[in-house]
Amino acid sequence: MNVFDILGPVMIGPSSSHTAGAARIGRITRALLGAPAVHASILLHGSFAKTYRGHGTDKALIAGIMGMNTDDERIRFAPDLAVKEGLEVEITTGEIDGAHPNTALITLTDANNRTVSLQGSSIGGGNILVTKVNGMDVSITGQYTTLIVLHRDAPGTIASVTEEVAQTGANICNFRLSRNEKGGEAVMTIELEGTIDPNLNDRIQKLDNIYSSTMLKPI
Amino acid sequence: MEFHFDYHTIASIVRTATESKTRISELVLKQQADQLERSEEDIFRQMENNYQVMTACIDPGSEKDIRSTSGLTGGSAYKMRQVSESGKSLTGSLMSSALYRALAVSELNAAMGRIVAAPTAGSCGILPAAVLTMEAEKGCSHDDCVMALFTASAVGMVIADNACLAGAEGGCQAECGSAAAMAAAAITELSGGTPEMIAHAVAIALKNILGLVCDPVAGLVEIPCIKRNASGVAGAFVAAELALAGIESAIPADEVIWAMKKVGDAMSSTLKETAEGGLAATPSGKKLLEQVFGSNSGCNSCNGCLG
Repeated sequence: MNVFDILGPVMIGPSSSHTAGAARIGRITRALLGAPAVHASILLHGSFAKTYRGHGTDKALIAGIMGMNTDDERIRFAPDLAVKEGLEVEITTGEIDGAHPNTALITLTDANNRTVSLQGSSIGGGNILVTKVNGMDVSITGQYTTLIVLHRDAPGTIASVTEEVAQTGANICNFRLSRNEKGGEAVMTIELEGTIDPNLNDRIQKLDNIYSSTMLKPI
Repeated sequence: MEFHFDYHTIASIVRTATESKTRISELVLKQQADQLERSEEDIFRQMENNYQVMTACIDPGSEKDIRSTSGLTGGSAYKMRQVSESGKSLTGSLMSSALYRALAVSELNAAMGRIVAAPTAGSCGILPAAVLTMEAEKGCSHDDCVMALFTASAVGMVIADNACLAGAEGGCQAECGSAAAMAAAAITELSGGTPEMIAHAVAIALKNILGLVCDPVAGLVEIPCIKRNASGVAGAFVAAELALAGIESAIPADEVIWAMKKVGDAMSSTLKETAEGGLAATPSGKKLLEQVFGSNSGCNSCNGCLG
């Protein structure tokens, strides 16, 4: 603990869990899409569904989807800015089985009709936990540099990715694999520590059977 | 330099500062530079940035037309500032300007403005109001005001280590109470008080708010949070004034913090940020809840009303 854990963070109010955490969930989904979104479909669950209007959770999620940080003063104008930038947003409320009370399920589509979906929860103090990517179970806190690699479920793919990681000298502190069906889409989430080569992500993207690779810096 | 203190007790910080004839703020800055392996200048600049964000909250927060996202609050800081600046306030320019500053930062937070959690978003108005008022009304230097934030943070660290800072865990005493104790420490140091006096100011501020529950109407950081920020900074000035007069707290600060933790543990969960008890459960509180969230069926996809 240090003085800036007590005085800080600098953030947009009113709530670290319902505003700052929501912006982070939006931002991580946008990073995963890898391009500006033209359509966002957001399903809110639990406390997010009940109180989003009062806390500006919807605005924070939209701001995050547009790439804004948690201290960006444009957050409260995000719905208008989305209209101006051609981002169509659809917000619904509902139940997600077994989800944390502050959970959003976001589906983004880019101009090339590529889509990505992410389910994330705001677990307190602005911290988040991503639990699903494209319907597949993951567990991403954003506290480490994280690689999210969407790939075809084919033999040797994991080895080729971890080989690239090993060559850069980074250490894998957590690895998780999840897939929808044999031979179908799968996702690797790899949390890294140590010195991270900035070109690592590009190198992974060039490997066989890789649909996309996204490197998230710690948040 | 070796540091013979930690953030487990207020007593160890006071003892080290007294023995080394150093202000608590200087001691904390040096220790933090050592701990974070960064230069003192670098750490000071980061704290100065926090102070600048706090300063920038006051004007937009005290605008006449500011409204929270829910529409429930806004405009109190404007009214208080009008009276304060007219010179006709009941309690004089120091207290009345501290009140409008605390309201301004809190109302800006509720209106999705940019604030510094101090220590939380719900209690973000108290410490800025205390320190900015010392600069404006008492002529304290900008640098001394930034330094006073280190003293306040040290108090916050001790409370976080021994009790908690979240309303959901300890009630409002943990949020606005901790912020008031931190602000009392900052005011006392800025007024030239000794480390001993700072500890008594912390103890008095926390004692006077002990047991305060967290009962936000509709679960929003607005009612009664915004006015409790005004009350919190007033309490900080009361505590500092008493301590500076040489009045001592019979119960030492560390024991008051221990008591705050015990009181928080004993508090019913309905009174810890769940919006199930206290003011949230009053007829008016429930009516306001309905006003904000009541008709949320059937029209959730259009957003036309969200503006």
